[in-house]
Amino acid sequence: MTAVAKSTAHSVVEASPRVKAFAGTVVILYAVIAILPLLWIAATAFKSQSDAIAYPPKVLFEPTLEGYVNLFTVRTRQTREFIAGLPAATTWYDKLVRKHDMVIAGPSKVVPRFINSLVIGFGSTFLAVLLGTLAAYAFSRFRIPLADDLLFFILSTRMMPPVAVAIPIYLMYRQLNLTDTKIGMILLYTAVNVSLAVWLLKGFIDEIPREYEEAALVDGYTRLQALRKVVLPQAVTGIAATAIFCLIFSWNEYAFAVLLTSGDAQTMPPFIPFIIGEGGQDWPAVAAATTLFVIPIVLFTIVLRKHLLRGITFGAVRK
Amino acid sequence: MTAIIHSDTPVDRIAAPARVQVARRVRGLSDRAIAWLFVAPTIALLLAINIFPLIWMIRLSFTSLNLSMSYLPLRFVGLDNYSDILTDEDLWTRLQTTASFVISSVAFEVVIGFGLALLINRQFRSHSFWTTIILLPMMLSPAVVGNFWTLLFQPQIGPFNYVVGLLTGIAPSSFSMTGEVALAPWTIVLVDTWMWAPYVMLICLAGLRSIPDYIYEAAEVDRASSWRQFWSITLPMTMPFLMLAVLFRAIENFKMFDMVNLLTSGGPGSTTELVSITLKRAAFEKWRTGYSSALAIILFVTVFGAANIYVKALNRVKQR
Repeated sequence: MTAVAKSTAHSVVEASPRVKAFAGTVVILYAVIAILPLLWIAATAFKSQSDAIAYPPKVLFEPTLEGYVNLFTVRTRQTREFIAGLPAATTWYDKLVRKHDMVIAGPSKVVPRFINSLVIGFGSTFLAVLLGTLAAYAFSRFRIPLADDLLFFILSTRMMPPVAVAIPIYLMYRQLNLTDTKIGMILLYTAVNVSLAVWLLKGFIDEIPREYEEAALVDGYTRLQALRKVVLPQAVTGIAATAIFCLIFSWNEYAFAVLLTSGDAQTMPPFIPFIIGEGGQDWPAVAAATTLFVIPIVLFTIVLRKHLLRGITFGAVRK
Repeated sequence: MTAIIHSDTPVDRIAAPARVQVARRVRGLSDRAIAWLFVAPTIALLLAINIFPLIWMIRLSFTSLNLSMSYLPLRFVGLDNYSDILTDEDLWTRLQTTASFVISSVAFEVVIGFGLALLINRQFRSHSFWTTIILLPMMLSPAVVGNFWTLLFQPQIGPFNYVVGLLTGIAPSSFSMTGEVALAPWTIVLVDTWMWAPYVMLICLAGLRSIPDYIYEAAEVDRASSWRQFWSITLPMTMPFLMLAVLFRAIENFKMFDMVNLLTSGGPGSTTELVSITLKRAAFEKWRTGYSSALAIILFVTVFGAANIYVKALNRVKQR
């Protein structure tokens, strides 16, 4: 919206109150319906096993932390007599589990999987942003032969279907002993993210006026000093936004993770669907894992709001 | 690129004190060296992780390599894999399934996304809050989305069937969104649209906001009806944005694997078996590496070729 439109309250482009009310109603209705599935999952996480599979589906229920307890623990079913013979349960989660004739046998794999997601996510984000910043700076400020072709090449690596990329990567990693390792996944995600990072950061750096650097160079700074002390501080917002986009990609990625990892380096997305209870998927636990997994994304979306458009179009659309 | 920052230009030579020249020679690298030094790691990484494997895969596509029988010597079979694929009727069916998924999901996303963008552009109160809410689904992990929609679609316990039952009177347990041949293709379109209509919306919103107000003001002076304004101003001026959104969505959905793999895993039968799922089965379940390499290359060439044609069309629209 331009300043003109705001200053003239009766501008022809300003919608009438009736149009606004209609538009608002439809959009809010859509938003509420669209967000319901997510709210349902968040609620399912607090349901008991029987409430989660009740028919008709329960909207009102007595909240319990069973789903979260089940997510973080491995339990075994025991006889009443055996449980009675155990020393009294001291913690609230022990008590919760024993109500169902179960005993906690140990922690589940969810924490290691969560840590894998964090390590691989942050590792690949750091590398992609580091490489991306350097390359974007070079593309933005120097005359590089065939720059457009190189940039297109960088982008085109994203057009391969992930399953297709995974075939030779699987063979290569087998030779290099990188299958199911965090390093292997970090390298792969870095390669995928670096194309996004270069394109986004080039846009951000293009917007920083060259005059500042030129002044710094005249003052006796070297190129590298000018980059570090003049350009980078001004690109901080862009770098942060790019980093969040890379992090979200690595966090959400499934195809490579499911095809190339099975244990040591498995991240959350291939793990969540296989949280199994007695007799199939343990829905409250799956919902609990989904909720915990999605919360950071919701926060990031709010933080990124202003840069979302750039991120999802590889910087093609800026405002 | 302005001339000033090139160290060899006269301007620079005059402006910079001699001290800088010396310092640069001693501590600094030439601009050219820095440029290559900065670009090289990225290119090297992409060569190692993308291009080298791609070339390897091209080579494998001419072999009969099967990883479950990798003790067999590597045998070159020429173009056999390619001719097998192109004459395989099942595969053409998979491609048709993929094409109808891409076309219907993108069509729904364009209609809903563009519609929402038009409404949000009316700038009603609290519109930016609701916009953020609407954007949430597209930020989620497609795999996790596919997984939790299987719960929502459960015929007995899922809320989706229950709500449909309440609205239409059909018994909730009488149909299964993911288990019926007639419904499953629409189910993956529905979830994809839920996830990605906001994406089209966000890009269209940028397009709508790029239209300067004075054009509408001029149209108003000329007494153009709002219908006429939409067809002559709004739509043509948003078109490049809309086409960009279509390009991105079409490429992404052609490659679709994660969400559908978890929602229906290609079933029932093979009604929702998109070509990426076929590829995954050939490569990672049957371990037919040679065959699946050839299929992967065919897919890549298809995406790449279609995208190039589309970008040319996009540029033509922009120039108008």
